[in-house]
Amino acid sequence: MAEKQKRFQLLQGNEACVEGAIAAGMRFYAGYPITPSTEIAERSAVRLPQVGGKFMQMEDEIAGIAAALGASVAGLKAMTATSGPGFSLKQENIGYATIAEIPIVIVDVMRSGPSTGLPTSPSQGDVMQAKWGTHGDHPVIAISPCSVQDTYNQTVRAFNLAERFRTPVILLMDEIVGHMREGCELIPTEELEIHNRNTNMINSMPYALGEGQYVPHMTSFGDGNLYNITGLFHDETGFPTNDNQIAGSENARLMEKIKIYKYSGILEYEEENMEDAEIGIVCYGGTTRAVQEAIRMAREDGYKVGMFRPVTIWPFPEFELVNRAKQLKRLIVVEHNYGQVLLTVQGIIKGDTKVEFIGKVDGTTITPDEIYDKIAEEE
Amino acid sequence: MAKEQLRFTGSGGQGVILGTIIMAEAAYLDGKNVVQSQSYGPEARGGMCKAETIIDDDKITYTKVTLPTLLLSLTQVSFNKYVKNIDKETVIVVDDSINVPARIRDRNEVLSLPIISSAKEVIKNPMAANIISVGAVNEALKLASVKSLEEAVLNHIPKGTEELNTKAMKLGAKLVKIARGEIKENNVAPIELKKEA
Repeated sequence: MAEKQKRFQLLQGNEACVEGAIAAGMRFYAGYPITPSTEIAERSAVRLPQVGGKFMQMEDEIAGIAAALGASVAGLKAMTATSGPGFSLKQENIGYATIAEIPIVIVDVMRSGPSTGLPTSPSQGDVMQAKWGTHGDHPVIAISPCSVQDTYNQTVRAFNLAERFRTPVILLMDEIVGHMREGCELIPTEELEIHNRNTNMINSMPYALGEGQYVPHMTSFGDGNLYNITGLFHDETGFPTNDNQIAGSENARLMEKIKIYKYSGILEYEEENMEDAEIGIVCYGGTTRAVQEAIRMAREDGYKVGMFRPVTIWPFPEFELVNRAKQLKRLIVVEHNYGQVLLTVQGIIKGDTKVEFIGKVDGTTITPDEIYDKIAEEE
Repeated sequence: MAKEQLRFTGSGGQGVILGTIIMAEAAYLDGKNVVQSQSYGPEARGGMCKAETIIDDDKITYTKVTLPTLLLSLTQVSFNKYVKNIDKETVIVVDDSINVPARIRDRNEVLSLPIISSAKEVIKNPMAANIISVGAVNEALKLASVKSLEEAVLNHIPKGTEELNTKAMKLGAKLVKIARGEIKENNVAPIELKKEA
């Protein structure tokens, strides 16, 4: 039976993801292994049977997310993990999960390039795909951890948000964080805040809302309540409708449930050395680590530079960054792509703050020296 | 301790990555901050492989080695590539089949050790080269306690190979002591397996 896990372990980011997921209550994983996410499948295969859960290797990435959605509808907390090429394949079912309101955590450990690209090399090229990859207007929650411990903690949060809001949550990891090993504290379930879905059906209708609520409760398939789930717009009964008023209000509710609760646990960001900063650096995920080192070097040489890290990338902490930027002369966006978060930053930062960019797409990591050189550039 | 930046290089399949994992875990067991990472191509075996461990008392920010305090190479090709990125303080640990240019030998501490041949001839298992390397690197920089290193080794090897790998780890340390003249070569009794079983 289950060996008690040691509280402090040297873990890969991918392994910490699995441990965080299990602590959050994950009892089902289905997927198709792909570098650099494979260790998530491997550890899930070992660990889930130890805690009474199920692991299924499917025939492809589409089947992986489909099986996980099925398990979630049956009442289990479920996850699937992949990398770029597989993330492309999962988009259709991410949309399905959004409109059918099925909680699920999708991990994308980003790797280099379009198509199969550079399988073992880091990238952050899927940031916009996480937001717009599936068609139609839809809300997105995407979270990007920057260390092994952060991966553990954020995976727990991803499950909580998926359950609270009945929505897919994307854990946007990158090869840097996924494949590195660091010490990690496996905080046990009883010490964590864990959210579970409410399974009491309202008025015998699967998509009925309680008074003042934005999220319907979710009865599990197999518990005796028969109901319909569809990717078409549907009414309270779960059956499709062409009623434009219902379609409009349902689409609006899907958007609103994330927007309204943005400040109730969805949004998270981190600042370092920002109090007196004149230069700000926006970064996320594995890139954060090079930025932290560059800031340490630059501070030693007298540059007033600080870091703004969106932990929740989508929805983006727009208001918070705009507010902070008021004191900044320069804002440098650092990411392993051609400028994806940059687009968002350029869209919101007006006024005198100059927005600059460091991007890298050759499969190597951005170094602290490269960031330092940018900081030290003459204005 | 000052920040230690270890870079292990070799050919895929030699256990270079595992070597850095064991080194990181040993230091972590001793209460240090560690980051371990690797880079390799899509090949399962044979491609050039680089793996790194950073050990520090302070928080570690950047996760990659910028300037190694120790470079381990098990193949000539990987040595030739990564020897370009060292300074005079870098300790070099290489298999004795590797040709190290005189300008490096004159400047750096070079520990040229019979790692691969000892794995074959003394430990009787070529797979043990990485564990010999770990023992050698730990001795060369005095990174982790022998107790933690042994625990880390035992956490990562197949059942039934405990004795073999513990021997390999100790042999690695011994090879460094011989190379540094701390013990005389003829004092080293051949390490026989199963002697302590």
